[in-house]
Amino acid sequence: MATVTTQQAGQSAGANPGPRRQPKTGRFSSSVFKKATMAVTGIIFVLYLIAHMVGNLKAFAGAETFNNYSEFLRELGEPILPRLTVLTIIRVVLLVAIATHIWAAVSLWRQAKRARPIGYVTKKRVQQSYASRTMRWGGIILFLFIVWHILDLTLGAVNPAGRDSLPYGRLVEGFQNPVVVIWYAVALIVLGFHIRHGVWSATQSLGHSNKRRERALNVFATAFAVVLIGGYLLIPFSVLFGIID
Amino acid sequence: MQLTLRVWRQPSPAVKGKMANYHLTDVSPDMSFLEMLDVLNEQLILSGEDPVAFDHDCREGICGSCGLMINGIAHGPEQTTTCQLHMRSFSDGDTIDIEPWRSGGFPVVKDLVVDRSAFDRIISAGGFISAPTGTAPEAHATPVPKVDADAAFDAATCIGCGACVAACPNGSAMLFTAAKVTHLGLLPQGQPERDSRVVRMVAQQDAEDFGGCTNIGECSAVCPKGISMETISRLNHDLLGALRAGAVPTS
Amino acid sequence: MALELFLEGDPIADTKAPRDVPIGERWSERKFRGKLVNPANRRKLTIIVVGTGLAGGAAAATLAEAGYHVKSFWFQDSPRRAHSIAAQGGINAAKNYRNDGDSVHRLFYDTVKGGDFRSREDNVHRLAEISTQIIDQCVAQGVPFAREYGGLLDNRSFGGAQVSRTFYARGQTGQQLLIGAYQAFERQVAAGSIETHSRTEMLDLVVVDGKARGIVVRDLVTGEVTTHLADAVVLGTGGYSNVYYLSTNAKGSNTTAIWRAHKRGALFANPCYTQIHPTCIPVSGDYQSKLTLMSESLRNDGRVWVPKERGDSRPAHEIPEDERDYYLERKYPAFGNLVPRDIASRQAKNVCDEGYGVGPGGLGVYLDFTDAIQRLGRKAVEAKYGNLFDMYARITGEDPYESGMRIYPAVHYTMGGLWVDYDLQSTIPGLFVIGEANFSDHGANRLGASALMQGLSDGYFVLPNTITDYLSAGPFEKVPADHPAIVEAEAGVHAQVEKFLSINGTRTVASFHRELGKLVWDYCGMERTAESLRKALDRIPEIRKEFWTDVKVAGTATDFNQNLEHAARVADFIDLAELMCIDALHREESCGGHFRAESQTPEGEALRDDENFAYVAAWGWTPEGEPPILHKEALEYEYVHLAQRSYK
Ligand SMILES: Cc1cc2nc3c(=O)[nH]c(=O)nc-3n(C[C@H](O)[C@H](O)[C@H](O)COP(=O)(O)OP(=O)(O)OC[C@H]3O[C@@H](n4cnc5c(N)ncnc54)[C@H](O)[C@@H]3O)c2cc1C
Ligand code: HEM
Ligand code: HEM
Ligand code: SF4
Ligand code: F3S
Ligand code: FES
Repeated sequence: MATVTTQQAGQSAGANPGPRRQPKTGRFSSSVFKKATMAVTGIIFVLYLIAHMVGNLKAFAGAETFNNYSEFLRELGEPILPRLTVLTIIRVVLLVAIATHIWAAVSLWRQAKRARPIGYVTKKRVQQSYASRTMRWGGIILFLFIVWHILDLTLGAVNPAGRDSLPYGRLVEGFQNPVVVIWYAVALIVLGFHIRHGVWSATQSLGHSNKRRERALNVFATAFAVVLIGGYLLIPFSVLFGIID
Repeated sequence: MQLTLRVWRQPSPAVKGKMANYHLTDVSPDMSFLEMLDVLNEQLILSGEDPVAFDHDCREGICGSCGLMINGIAHGPEQTTTCQLHMRSFSDGDTIDIEPWRSGGFPVVKDLVVDRSAFDRIISAGGFISAPTGTAPEAHATPVPKVDADAAFDAATCIGCGACVAACPNGSAMLFTAAKVTHLGLLPQGQPERDSRVVRMVAQQDAEDFGGCTNIGECSAVCPKGISMETISRLNHDLLGALRAGAVPTS
Repeated sequence: MALELFLEGDPIADTKAPRDVPIGERWSERKFRGKLVNPANRRKLTIIVVGTGLAGGAAAATLAEAGYHVKSFWFQDSPRRAHSIAAQGGINAAKNYRNDGDSVHRLFYDTVKGGDFRSREDNVHRLAEISTQIIDQCVAQGVPFAREYGGLLDNRSFGGAQVSRTFYARGQTGQQLLIGAYQAFERQVAAGSIETHSRTEMLDLVVVDGKARGIVVRDLVTGEVTTHLADAVVLGTGGYSNVYYLSTNAKGSNTTAIWRAHKRGALFANPCYTQIHPTCIPVSGDYQSKLTLMSESLRNDGRVWVPKERGDSRPAHEIPEDERDYYLERKYPAFGNLVPRDIASRQAKNVCDEGYGVGPGGLGVYLDFTDAIQRLGRKAVEAKYGNLFDMYARITGEDPYESGMRIYPAVHYTMGGLWVDYDLQSTIPGLFVIGEANFSDHGANRLGASALMQGLSDGYFVLPNTITDYLSAGPFEKVPADHPAIVEAEAGVHAQVEKFLSINGTRTVASFHRELGKLVWDYCGMERTAESLRKALDRIPEIRKEFWTDVKVAGTATDFNQNLEHAARVADFIDLAELMCIDALHREESCGGHFRAESQTPEGEALRDDENFAYVAAWGWTPEGEPPILHKEALEYEYVHLAQRSYK
């Protein structure tokens, strides 16, 4: 017996319309996979940032130590490996990571836009934190900051000390300008928020959070972000107030 | 109590909607929110206007039919279902905004009613244990540790209301999907299909115009059944494990 | 007996149960004797299943698994929302995991006795046999039943049983069982074996050459009316407690599907058997739209009492122990707070009628947990009933740990329904009825935790095995789309919709529903008398007339119109209410949920009249104005001897 309806043979009224889009089961299209790559790349950034902060603090040891440290980075691995090898590897890893991180961020952002084509007239927050809400715009600020920061301190292109200066010189010259310090401070605070939510979020995205750990994780994430950002903020302000010169 | 209601009115999906204002007097604090809307509707009908359409059935917080955005919070100010919200949670003279769930995956049917069949399709994609009738072994053949059974139960209490989607800034259905993945994934009976289940369900969820989860946590905070964020972590864990194990289904 | 009320037709009988073998062998014998359908032919057979509750959902999934083409219809947005979701307490099964003397025979015996000897022994025995398979099936699907520390399933005693045979999932057993069935259902949707029609309401049955061949439905979103054809039609559309307006049923629960099938010739059995649940939250005002059940499991640890002093308005915790009357424990020392539902309900009504009631309007009694909290500790009580306590607190704004609960009886379940034989087939060949929609297994009263069992038994195990006997003669001849039966049925649906929209009177549908509900509750509720039923029968035709001339239905026929849905349901409730009262009036005895005040023992218990009323009353429909026709199915008790129920 066929499935006849008198009005439209075969096609029945009220039947579920079926999936609007065919689900893609490839791993790269899974939102969860995207989140996991963000977490992994985010962790790479965090590790880098820890090391970078420790390196930066050498500024307190004076110009020579700091410049030597910069040179050390470039010579790392010599004589077994040619000069700049390790640094280049680090740079490549970071570049790939940031590209992946941005790809995933943009892709999820677009998915989220599709998911709420019409907004609410009234919408209140019940529990979401400021940090979690600012991940996307914060990320963009961070990206701009990184570009500028490299032009500033690595290449010296936008630094008052100029292209041919040594790192320590660029650092001190740059941070003597309060505007630059404020810009750094803003970016670092944005970074603090990004990391605050990022650390908790990455644990969750990689499936290692649970009810018991949830609180501890959040406390840790906040503490970690504060210490890290505090560490970074020391340098610009020390320069500004003449502790480092 | 006297109230001003601002209600989303939209005659059909094709027509643009807008907020309409209504005034209600003599609202008793012991009324449920839906009973308050019943009163409004009877007045509208008698004055020849179209009553406000809203989904509801059991009116005791278990069927998951009801669900309104009340003053910007899914299911309103208490962490419960809309039908279990009582007017004693509001004060005399309040203005209450009432909107439907908003998500690409939940198109509006009329007024405050949305189409949540996307949830059924997510379940259909893998939210089950294949146990055709008559094939079951004796129930006591496999003991289930009480902690697992209890945790599975906590996740299984999801009523499919969709508040999580409505509240999530990303419009993500993650908490709903995660609740099912957790419920079945914690039980011994759910193990054989554990990998393919999570991959398929997440794929279907992404295909339904829901957003991806960025662990914001609004969902769990408004969930009337208090489904925890842990379920999402568990889903992520299972999905990554499944991908590592190469569980990419063929469909 | 008032002859003008009804006419007596030929007796009917179930011819399907193989009575020539002992009761324990009848089910397997029936399966053996019934004809089968070859797996290759099943694809060619279409079965319409209306309803996705425990009965409909389980049946659709199982039939689809077997290879039939299933078309499923329901009125909510998702199949998971069927009203079975609301069942709290638990599901019975004769597993005897507690080694406390339970057995299939005991469950059978308890159920027949619980039904006050008005059910069919064959059906009940089969139900008891299948009960154990249900638990196996559900566990395999991932239903998270409560477990003990050793990992094994936990059981409790429930609603009048002296053995612990009730399986439960906190206070949400129905939800978990339904989700299990729903998942199995969705698996078949994915496999392409079930075609789904959500938000679609059945409004008529298509009968061609005496066989049920399809249904006429209205798409609740677009208003479109269409006919769907099949080789067989299965109704699992639930109970009709909402005839009382205030009941524990969901707002959408209705009688429309079975009532319209009744109008097409299916007999309606025992409409007056309604179950009143003793533990509901009392009404708080006129605006009240439904009643909320507090799981009966609370009676295991809660103690029911009223103040010894009439009109004592002190808060519960200020009334000292010796000024409380634990009336159930006093009157029924053996069963105490665990007496069956009808007794607990009627006793509550009695004490309230005598003026001892508590709370607004004096319509309530206390259910107190002080003892349990002292004995087990608050923690343990919380673990067991936490969600119920929260629910109570949310609805009433009172703290039940502190002040106990106030409870009052409410209509909860309808034992009546379409008459079916042992195969669950109605008097229309090809129309099968399962779950609460049929009349079959509970007799005049239902034991707690038995409806879930029946729904799943019918859906998973009985129907898929018995329907084959009918289908083996199929596929049946194709019905042309312009067949007169279809044209007529569709025209009838259209005409009704247009009628509603054209009356444009002065009263809302809900006001009629409330009026009808109150009338039935007052005159055909917990206690009925010839006088009260007569009053109801005088008034119902008037309500019907007013309804059809003065109702105001908003909106149009071609969009999502909840008011129009409600109007059609209320129209059927009015007709059903009349039949209920006729049935109640004709049954001049008390049995189970049907308590005729004229027929009681000196102690006020239900007094059966086995000599004259040991039968199923199956009613045939006649057009308005003509008396319905009564067909009697005599009930014989071979295995459980007729005895006065006693819970002293
Ligand atoms: C509050 C409450 C608590 C309960 N607790 C228990 C308990 O603890 N233990 C126990 O054993 N029993 C309990 N019961 C009884 C039990 O839940 C029901 O009897 C049983 O679930 C009914 O299942 P069903 O499949 O027959 O119908 P339902 O679950 O009511 O399903 C009806 C289905 O039919 C569909 N439908 C109805 N009419 C139409 C129509 N006209 N057109 C299309 N579709 C239609 C609906 O959409 C739905 O899918 C309880 C009942 C209530 C109300
Ligand atoms: C280039 C610009 C960047 C953009 C657009 C961006 C955006 C995002 C977004 C949208 C998220 C997801 C938010 C969430 O999960 O809640 C995220 C997560 C994260 N980001 Fe960034 N980010 C950027 C740069 C960075 C940088 C420089 C770092 C390192 C310091 C970083 C570290 C992290 C971490 C650790 C996470 C958590 C990963 C996770 O949630 O699983 N991001 N980022
Ligand atoms: C106040 C804080 C900071 C100071 C003082 C600082 C200092 C420096 C200096 C001096 C260099 C140049 C090193 C060299 O060329 O040898 C550098 C490079 C760099 N810094 Fe920072 N930095 C700060 C914060 C950050 C932050 C927050 C980020 C990332 C989010 C960052 C990312 C980088 C990167 C990617 C490079 C380039 C490394 C390379 O490839 O050579 N820095 N930083
Ligand atoms: S997870 Fe919670 S909010 Fe989401 S559908 Fe389930 S019950 Fe509703
Ligand atoms: S609010 Fe949304 S982002 Fe994830 S944690 Fe909940 S789904
Ligand atoms: S109406 Fe069922 S959960 Fe609210």
